[in-house]
Parts: sequence; structure tokens; C-alpha cells
Amino acid sequence: MKTSAINRRNFLKTGGSASVLLALGFSVPAHSEEVLLHKIPQNTLGLEFSPYILIDDTGKITILNPRPDMGQGTYQSMPALVAEELEVSMDQIHISQTNGQGKYGSQLSGGSSSVRTRWMPMRKAGAAVKEMLIQAAANKWQVSSEECYAKEARVFHKPSGKSFTYAELVGDASKLDVPKNPKLKDPKDFKLLGKSMPKPDVPLKVTGTAEFGIDVDLPGMLYASIERCPAIHGKVVSFDGAAALKVPSVKNVLKAERAMPHKTVETVAVLATSYWAALQGRKKLKIKWAAVDNNTLSTEKFSAQMHELAKQEGHDFEGNQGDFAKAYGEAAKKIQATYETPFAAHAAMEPVNATVWVKDDSVEIWAPVQGPDGTIGELSQYLGLKPEQVKVNVTFLGGAFGRKAYLDFVKEAAYLSKQAKAPVKLIWTREDDMTQGPYRPAMLSVLEGGIDANGKVTALHHKIISESIQKQVFKANITGKADGWAEEGVGAKDSPMAIPNIRRSYLNASTDLPILWWRSVYASTNVFGHESFVDELAHAAGKDPLDLRLELFKDSPRFVKVLETVAEKSGYREKLPAGKARGLAIARSFSTICAHVFTVAKTADGIKIEKVVSVIDCGMTVNPDNIKAQTESNLVYGLTAALKSPIVFADGAVQQSNFHNYPVLRINEIPQMEVHIIENQEAPGGVGEPGLPPVAPALANALFNLTGKRQRKFPLELV
Amino acid sequence: MAQTKLTVNGKAYTVDVDPEMPLLWAIRDFVGLKGTKFGCGMAQCGACTVHLNGTPIRSCSTPVSVVKGQKITTIEGIGTPDHLHAVQQAWIDEQVTQCGYCQSGQIMSAVALLKEKPKPTDEDIDLYMQGNICRCGTYQRVRKAIHRAAESVQNTSAPTGKKTASLER
Repeated sequence: MKTSAINRRNFLKTGGSASVLLALGFSVPAHSEEVLLHKIPQNTLGLEFSPYILIDDTGKITILNPRPDMGQGTYQSMPALVAEELEVSMDQIHISQTNGQGKYGSQLSGGSSSVRTRWMPMRKAGAAVKEMLIQAAANKWQVSSEECYAKEARVFHKPSGKSFTYAELVGDASKLDVPKNPKLKDPKDFKLLGKSMPKPDVPLKVTGTAEFGIDVDLPGMLYASIERCPAIHGKVVSFDGAAALKVPSVKNVLKAERAMPHKTVETVAVLATSYWAALQGRKKLKIKWAAVDNNTLSTEKFSAQMHELAKQEGHDFEGNQGDFAKAYGEAAKKIQATYETPFAAHAAMEPVNATVWVKDDSVEIWAPVQGPDGTIGELSQYLGLKPEQVKVNVTFLGGAFGRKAYLDFVKEAAYLSKQAKAPVKLIWTREDDMTQGPYRPAMLSVLEGGIDANGKVTALHHKIISESIQKQVFKANITGKADGWAEEGVGAKDSPMAIPNIRRSYLNASTDLPILWWRSVYASTNVFGHESFVDELAHAAGKDPLDLRLELFKDSPRFVKVLETVAEKSGYREKLPAGKARGLAIARSFSTICAHVFTVAKTADGIKIEKVVSVIDCGMTVNPDNIKAQTESNLVYGLTAALKSPIVFADGAVQQSNFHNYPVLRINEIPQMEVHIIENQEAPGGVGEPGLPPVAPALANALFNLTGKRQRKFPLELV
Repeated sequence: MAQTKLTVNGKAYTVDVDPEMPLLWAIRDFVGLKGTKFGCGMAQCGACTVHLNGTPIRSCSTPVSVVKGQKITTIEGIGTPDHLHAVQQAWIDEQVTQCGYCQSGQIMSAVALLKEKPKPTDEDIDLYMQGNICRCGTYQRVRKAIHRAAESVQNTSAPTGKKTASLER
């Protein structure tokens, strides 16, 4: 659990009647997980203290949400953590987004980290302000603060029943010292946390009034659409924009660039006073491309490269135990299997877009970005500005799934604004989104398992082969070693299996195809092979897959509890009629354990996925209904990846371009979903991603149980 | 470019645009209503769904010249945060939205479905709503919300005005 020290307060003087403002924040450890994940200059790290709670003397209470909301629910969860301790209800507060400044600490929505890293700091901030308001009231009444309590944005004097509103106390409270260790509420007294609460953004989103990045308008702005090389890595040999310039409303055609972390490539942009005109102009461009690396980008060749690498000895991850080679050599029964997952697109509903205004000595950005702090860091570097010259306004994100932490699109818009000397709104088309990446990296899982004469699994080796996000995006040197990020979901930390000889190893398969984290990152691919193979081991050992897992996780009570619960809720032990089967998988990722039991059935139209029962243990909860929603979301997102088209790069371009040839799950294709949450007092885990990794293997295991055919490659076939 | 008369949510607008411009961009960038969303540009995802004379259409693939003078309704014409339509209220009661980007389109389709079939079955819903993609995977809640809206319309036959949600289920 991360903690914070509250040791500074800020006074802000504003004009008018609201002249007194209490503002308080907290420090965030500089080395929190997500800061390490997101490379930003040192001076924007969270080393300062900052205002998260603003109360003015009109009674307006503003809580700042430090994590952009992309659908995962931080617009409710972050303010709720503060409101709980501050003793205000959710309808008494205004919610605002932080702007990326270093003083707010890490503001990256990613790694399912928001609640688990902000659980204590946000509550402490609320508790500290509450104590100050209570002390201010006690001083006014000249009574002991022990006799006072806070409720619904008022402080009450218990014996007399007198009360003050927070607005009446804020001036006095702001003169008090900030308590260093405010008393936090006992979880049994929680009024908001752990209760299913309506999310305050829902009314905005059902009435079309929530502002997404694509909805931002600035006076005098130009709309941009950019033609990029089909081969992704292109050089513009020559271009002719004359026809484009003849399209009414088109103002400018210019050579531009796309700065990706691993490569900056040339592009051609059309600027117009309407987006439609920019698109029309773009169609009329004549560009001669020189594709860079044309011959090397091929997903088929990349797959072959991974299979070739599979023959080599892998580099060990940390946490291996026993002697795999010896135990495997001595095993009575040996099995091997290779699993493969393809490249996948994020395909968030809101295509990436950014509105940027580069002025003489500053830049302002309005965009659906996952991290405004990273945006300041990267854009200041890109434009040669100081971080304080970059202002970021975060909107709601129309989905992201990792994609909107990759800031190529913001830089593209900045480049154009600088050239055009005007505010520019860049919108990628769906085709741009699907054909240009970045993508979830394809990967190979090579598994070997040994079983002794008594049916005990004595040896397991999972060799992971993939391109490295850490290497391509963050320039890490992983030569000759395992990429420490790449074992998510199956490494020693996430998968505490009681197998005496267990090895996890890694080989890097190199490609320039742009890659990035994608919902649940490596766990989304690793767990498919791992958990499918556990079923293969169970069948080889003559055991039920649930029984084998109960045996393998016997030393991990939370895994056992999740397994037993999912078995009970799904009726796992009950016999199914002929033509139906179940399949199970479990995984821990982002500090949360999730298991699914799929029920599949043979029908006249092929196999139908009838039902999924899910159990999730994410420790203490903020909003159980949202945890259920996120798990449903992971099921649908994970099923799309498992069942639908892969991203294929062939003949010099990505072959998928829009939802007709990169289909996603639709309402008529979803199974009935039922989610159960384990209640406990464990530290909060992640919620936005951990439901995803066990989806594909649970389905694959169910399909095997139904058909007898083991599927080891996406897309899984429902036949 | 041509002067085109559009009637959106009962209000008349004149926009000076390319007649081939899809209604989506005319609504968003000229009329200035941003609730209708761009998702695919080829009538594959339904995020841009609006009503033309009460019937759902994909505004990303409908040129303005085709719809001029006809009655267009967008999400803003369905209800507002203070005066919610029964479908919007049901969406809140079921906490359907996640990122929310596709939901204007989902709601426009659902409103039209309920007009056609006031008491739809799951199969009716699946058939009618499969043109609307949601990458957050809110489909199960979309179904529940449509059933809930169907009930509330039958029970009250008037849009509700309450803003709070109950999560009893």
C-alpha cells in the first residue's frame, strides 16, 4: 500500500465574493509503478504537493480527479475516495480533471492502477481537510474537537446540536496546520466506498453532453486529416497537393510527420475549415512514397520468426524454482504445446484526435489522453518547450484500452498547428486507426509439462516469445535477458503455482510494426497459453481441471476461494446435458484474481457461447456495480480478440481497415454474463483489466471439453 | 457549396456546405450539436445514429442534400439532463455507460425500437441493436435498459424527470 505525507497547504486568493479557498493536496511517491511505466522528465514527476480539494466560501466543493476517465470509472471512484473521508455526498461536489502538472503526481490511467495506488492518498487528503474543518468549528464554539463531528458538508457540535457549514468554516480552517496523520474511517463506517453508486458521468453520457476530445472547438481552428504511408514507415519522395487545394474550404497541404517512439515518419496533411473538406482534399493528394522496411513488415514472417526462435534456449525470468530440465527429464508423462496470439488493434470507439494550439511561447492541448502529465513531458520535449509552457486539458475519452497513452496523434496536431500558426483539430479516421497501429504484439507461448507416476505435475516451463513494448516504446535494453514486463499474468508474482520445478523464460522477436500495451497487456496473451495448458496437464494426468487448479494453488487461499466460488456459482460440478460443456480459467493480473466458467453448447448454427460466470477478487472495493461492469466489459473485449479477425500486415499494408473487415462482438453475439465479487478486506487491486486474461483460455477449455479438439491459435473457431 | 436548410430537433438551420457532406459533419461542425458521434464513417458502428422523420439513419453515410428540409432528431432532441427521456432514465438506472462514446447512437436506436416494438423480446433487441457497436461491451446492460424503459413507458407513458438512480437488482 502506498502512503503519502501531507505537509503543505496552499492558499489561493481569488477575486469576488469567493475570496477564501481552502486547497489541500498530498504527495505522491516519485517511484510509483505508473511513473516508471511512463517515461516523463524528472521535473514533472510527482514530487510536490498539490491542491486536490477546493472549498470556497460559497460552499462549492471541488474534487480533482487525477485519472482520465476512459470508461473505467475514475470520474466516480477517485472523488468518492475523497468524499468518503471528507464527509460529503457525491451530489455535493463538483468534479474537475487535473491538468497534468507535476504537483498532481502520476496522472496516467493505465495498469489498472488508479484505485490501488490512490486508495490511501485520496482518503488521507479528505480526512485531513475534515479534521481541519472540525477543529475550526471547535475553536469557534470554544469546545473540544472531540465533541464535534462532520456530516454532509457540515460540522456538528454533538452536545448542543449546533452546526456550521463547510463554507462557514473554510476561512478559519485554512489558517490551521494540516494534520500529518489524519484518522481514517473504519471501513465498516463507509457510506460510499464498497457500495454500488451511480456514476456522475452517466447522465452526461446519455444526453450527449459529455465532452470528448473530438467535441472540442476553438475559434479559428483548422481541421486536419493526414495521409500516412500504407507501409506505416514511409518517406515522402514527392507529393502534389494542387487538386486537394482546389477543394472548397481546404486551406493548406503540407508535408508533416508522425513521431512514434521508435521512429519518426513522413506524412502529408490537409488542413481545411471543415473536417469533411479535409477528408475530401486528402483523397485528391498524389503522393509518391518510399516505404522504409517494406520487406521486413509481414505478420506472417514475424510468426515464422517466433516459431524459429522457439527452438532456442530462453532467458530466465526471476522467480524460477527447482530444476525444470531434470524434473521434466524424469517425468513419467511429458506434454508440449505451442500457443499463438496475433497482433490486435485497440479500436476504441472514439478515433484518436487532438486539438492543439501552438502559440509563440506556449502550447495548449485539448485531447482524450490517458495521461496529461506524460503529455506535458512528451510534448515539451517534442516542441523544445519547458513543461510549464505546455497546458493540457483532458476531456472524457471515448475508450482507449492503452492506445491513448501513445501520443503520436498529439504531436501530429502540434506539428501542424506550429506550421499553420493556428489551432488545429486532428481527427484520425477509423481506417487510420486500424491500419497505422500501434497494436498489441503477437506472441508465442511454448509450454512443456511433466507429470509423475502418481499424476502429480512436477515440472512446467512456459517460454514466452514476443516483441517487447519496453524495448520498442521505452528504449529499454533487454539484449540477452528476459523482458521483466513480459511475464504478466503467468510470472512467479502473478501465478503462485505449487509446482516444484517451474521455469519461465523469454526470447525477444524483433519487429518494427508499432506495438503498445493493449487492455491487460502481456497477461492478455500469456494467460491464453498458460491456462489452456493447465487443462492439457489435467487431462494428461486424468484429473478434473478444477481439481488440478485447486491442487496447484493450494498454498494461495485467495485463488482457492475464487476457484471454489466460481465452481459453486456456475454449478461446475453438476452434470450438463449432452451437447454442452464448461471450461474454466483463472489468472491474477494487476493484483486482482479473476476466474471465468464458460458454458458452450452445440447448436444447428455452430457452437454458441451460452453463459459466463465470473468471480473477481480485487480486495476492498469502491463501486461494486462498476467492478461488475468492467468485468462484463473485459469479457466482451476479450472475446472479440479471441474470436474475430487478427491484424494482418501483408503486401505492404495492414489488411484490416474498418469494422467490416475487423469485426467486433455485437449485441447478438454476447453470452449471458454473471459476475460475483469476493468480499474481503484485502488491499484494493486493479479492476479495468484483470477480467480479460482468463477469457480466451476459459473459452478454449470449454470448446475442448465440447469438441475434443484443442485450439491453440486465435481466432478460436466456434465449430 | 450550397445553402442547405436543415431542421434539427425542431429548429431550422441553414448551413453552407458541400451537398455531399455527410449529415454527421453538418450536425457536429455547422449546427454545433456534438452528441452525435463519428465512429467509422461507413455505417458500420452506429455511433452517428440520428432519426430522420423518426426513423434511425447513419448520419455518417447520409449526404445533407438527401435530408434537407426533413425532420432530423439527434440525442439532444431526445431529452436533456433535467428532462430525461424514459430510455435515458433507464440507461441511468442500469448504469449502462462506460466510456459513453457510442451511447448516443445506442439510445437513438433504442428509442426507435421501442416506437416500433413497445415490448421487445431479447431477440427483437438483438436484431434491432446489432448495428450499434460498443467496444466497452455494455450490451447486456443495453438489453436490460431497453426492457426497463419498455416497462416504464407502459407504466407511465410519460418521460420521467428524476435524476437519481437506484441500483437495486
